[in-house]
Amino acid sequence: MSEEKKLLEIKNLNIHYITHEGTVKAVNDMSLELKKGETLGLVGETGAGKTTTALGVMQLIQTPPGKILSGEIIYDGEDLLKKSQTELRKIRGNKISMIFQDPMTSLNPVLTVGEQIAEVIKLHQNVDNSQATEKSEKMLETVGIPKSRSKDYPHQFSGGMKQRVVIAIALACNPKLLIADEPTTALDVTIQAQVMNLMNKLKDEFNTSMIMITHDLGIVAEVCDKVAIMYAGHVVEYTNTKNLFTNPKHPYTIGLFNSIPNIKDDEARLKPIKGLMPDPTNLPLGCPFHPRCPKAMSICSQQEPCRTEIYKDHFVNCFLYENVDNKS
Amino acid sequence: MTDQLNVNMSNEDIKKKSTKKRSQYLEVWRRLKQNKSAMVGLLIIIILILSAILAPFIAPYGIDDQDLLNTLQTPSKDHWMGTDNFGRDIFSRIVYGSIISLQVGFISVGIAMIVGGSLGAIAGYYGGKLDNLIMRMMDILLAIPSILLAISIVAALGHGLKNVMIAVGISSIPSYARIVRASVLTLKDQEFVEAARAVGTNNTRIILKHIIPNSMAPIIVQATLGVAGAILSAAGLSFIGLGIQLPTPEWGAMLSSGRQFIRDYPHMTAFPGLAIMITIFGLNLLGDGLRDALDPRLKN
Amino acid sequence: MSQKLIEVKNLKKYFNTQKGLLHAVDNVNFYIHKGETLGLVGESGCGKSTTGRVLLRLIEATSGEVFFEGKDILKLNSSEIRELRKEMQIVFQDPFASLNPRLSVSEIIAEPLIVNKIYKNKADMNKKVQSLMNTVGLAQRLINTYPHELDGGRRQRIGIARALALNPKFIVQDEPVSALDVSIQAQILNLMADLQQEFDLTYLFISHDLSVVKHVSSRIAVMYLGQIIELSDYKSIFTDPLHPYTQALLSAIPIPSLDIKREKIILQGDVPSPINPPDGCRFYGRCMHRKDTCLTKTPELKELHPERFVACHFVHNLGLVK
Repeated sequence: MSEEKKLLEIKNLNIHYITHEGTVKAVNDMSLELKKGETLGLVGETGAGKTTTALGVMQLIQTPPGKILSGEIIYDGEDLLKKSQTELRKIRGNKISMIFQDPMTSLNPVLTVGEQIAEVIKLHQNVDNSQATEKSEKMLETVGIPKSRSKDYPHQFSGGMKQRVVIAIALACNPKLLIADEPTTALDVTIQAQVMNLMNKLKDEFNTSMIMITHDLGIVAEVCDKVAIMYAGHVVEYTNTKNLFTNPKHPYTIGLFNSIPNIKDDEARLKPIKGLMPDPTNLPLGCPFHPRCPKAMSICSQQEPCRTEIYKDHFVNCFLYENVDNKS
Repeated sequence: MTDQLNVNMSNEDIKKKSTKKRSQYLEVWRRLKQNKSAMVGLLIIIILILSAILAPFIAPYGIDDQDLLNTLQTPSKDHWMGTDNFGRDIFSRIVYGSIISLQVGFISVGIAMIVGGSLGAIAGYYGGKLDNLIMRMMDILLAIPSILLAISIVAALGHGLKNVMIAVGISSIPSYARIVRASVLTLKDQEFVEAARAVGTNNTRIILKHIIPNSMAPIIVQATLGVAGAILSAAGLSFIGLGIQLPTPEWGAMLSSGRQFIRDYPHMTAFPGLAIMITIFGLNLLGDGLRDALDPRLKN
Repeated sequence: MSQKLIEVKNLKKYFNTQKGLLHAVDNVNFYIHKGETLGLVGESGCGKSTTGRVLLRLIEATSGEVFFEGKDILKLNSSEIRELRKEMQIVFQDPFASLNPRLSVSEIIAEPLIVNKIYKNKADMNKKVQSLMNTVGLAQRLINTYPHELDGGRRQRIGIARALALNPKFIVQDEPVSALDVSIQAQILNLMADLQQEFDLTYLFISHDLSVVKHVSSRIAVMYLGQIIELSDYKSIFTDPLHPYTQALLSAIPIPSLDIKREKIILQGDVPSPINPPDGCRFYGRCMHRKDTCLTKTPELKELHPERFVACHFVHNLGLVK
């Protein structure tokens, strides 16, 4: 992908959790990049390492058991892994914000929503109390909540409204990067549509880049410019949204598409991926997907596939697409 | 806000990741082993239980071996903890006393657990008027200071080991009833209980097979701490002369009989006092450790 | 197909809450043919799970009738209900909460056999447990493991095996796949389809996921705030939704494809509270076609064409019917 205006670049990132059960290789040799104003989808099933990646970027991995072993996370030209805690605190919530899955637990129940928004503003901006309050009321209106409700407590809001408040907190300092971890999974379909609509609108308005973590390919089709498909801590396919939907290449990606019931056509049976997610403390040798892969070859169980650029901007980690020698 | 969330999330992650083949009690034991103070507590309890079982072999003298030539001796090679006003070896009496303390502790907690647990389970599961009736009775029991309650029960039933156990047991019934009721209330709306009803399981079986085994964690913790409380209450009763009577070597009674010599021969009170203290300390350490091990979410 | 296994008439379930009477299920009518799957969709709190549980008498109805093979099961006494449990079963949403963590896989599956005293002989029972495990695709080596050692998909298979143990005719599937990852979800959906074929089962499939419901159902009922607002065959609901709510619900689903460009109907506001709901159409506050009549008169579920039911006053006038 081109060199212009990279906002975030993750290079060869490795994150492990060291538990008494063994080492969980949560993120392995991950490289991604994100330009200004772009939305990157991070797609995968439970345990694929999506949330760990997000927490890694935020530098919120709990240590122990988590540990960032190696790699670089370059944000706006600076490596976040080399920053001190004080410097990081100035970045979190200010330049990089995160929205969590569950709006019920991410708000403090004993503070009014207005106070919670104002708190972030006061933390990062040089304003007095009345200015912060004024700004927090403006943020509430931006996310479609009348400012008269800024003195209400979280329990007085519905799930969708709470998620709007969380979005207001995340966007209060006009961050350049927003990480949204399954922001609509806990919401009903019609409310999800409202919230997605709002997030799309605000992203354009604030010119924010976004990492959208989701398991729902439908959401990817609606909001993402490019997508990384993750499986067992590895990015297996990385390309723009158009390529992914018109021409998916990795057997896992294809399997994912086949597993979703199609709303437009009739199919008698789904074609699920066989088998189960591997034990994260004991990943299979070679390609982590090979035990479930319908196209597995002998080499797949011996060597880990490298990232191959099969077309421009279309990267796949699979031996099917490495040079022809391996195929034989 | 974010930091707190992170804690929750990574906990969940870890839990998901640690789904290995292992029964839940083994998992608890593994966590308990990592807790050093709980291990110290457990060691104390094991020593105490061993000394109770092996008392005749450990104790150098008998319970009532009076040696009137050697009364009120301070600790020496022959008498590690000295002798009392009748020349009885204090160490031996403390070793024999551990039998009584453990009996009082475990049996009275057993009474409280069975009676209180059943009442709590019934109140929580059936709810409504029955719940109200049982819990108000428990409230009345709770409103009376437990030592006062125990005193009045012993006063009514008379002295003796058995009555002390009943008295201490009854006075701690309400706390078990409350704990069991609370966990039954949360468990009875769980889907697996609904699933059991859906296949036609009757109420008794649901309580015994599906609810009680899942509410063991808080009961075990309460019981461990309860044993300590019971030993202390029994010692207290004996100390004020309402409990177990001399010459039975009960620690509280020994404490009481040493009281008149406390100025000149403090060892007579110091050693039984220490025995009580160390036992309670050990039980509390173990109880706290069990609480953390049984519910890892509480501690991080 | 035409034989009705289940028929529900004017079913109501109100809960007393501190704030007032919660109308969880409010005058619901539907039937399920033998051997078919009726999908029940709606958003959280619309009463779909309560409906399923009332049908099994896990929750007692406030009023109404539920006929199972022609018998009104709401009138049965407690020993008759226990007999009924052998005919009607349920698979729960949460494969973590619906299995007793202290029991092993075999104990969980054997529970219905033990409490109903199906087998005198323990060896016969173990054989049945093993065959049930085979049926749902659980490896025999897992027989003595505990639920916490297994992943969501396998746990859900245990739940299915438990539901099948008594050879029921009817199974309520209460969001059986919504807690599972997509690749596992597809495995479970296929398994359920196979079992339906093999044992001639009738399903009530409750879900909030319209694409899943469409995949499994022969007919679909859409619920909103305790009422069924549209009910028809699975195709028509998707090609030609009649009720404004159904239309909005359909347009809100994110579709994993770039080809399909749709006009999204973004509903304003939240689902109103089901506590003491006002007269009139429950959807009034969020409906874009609302008129004054909707505020005063509750629309009834009417059969527009054979097997096509909709509850809207203006379904003709608004050109919602083609």
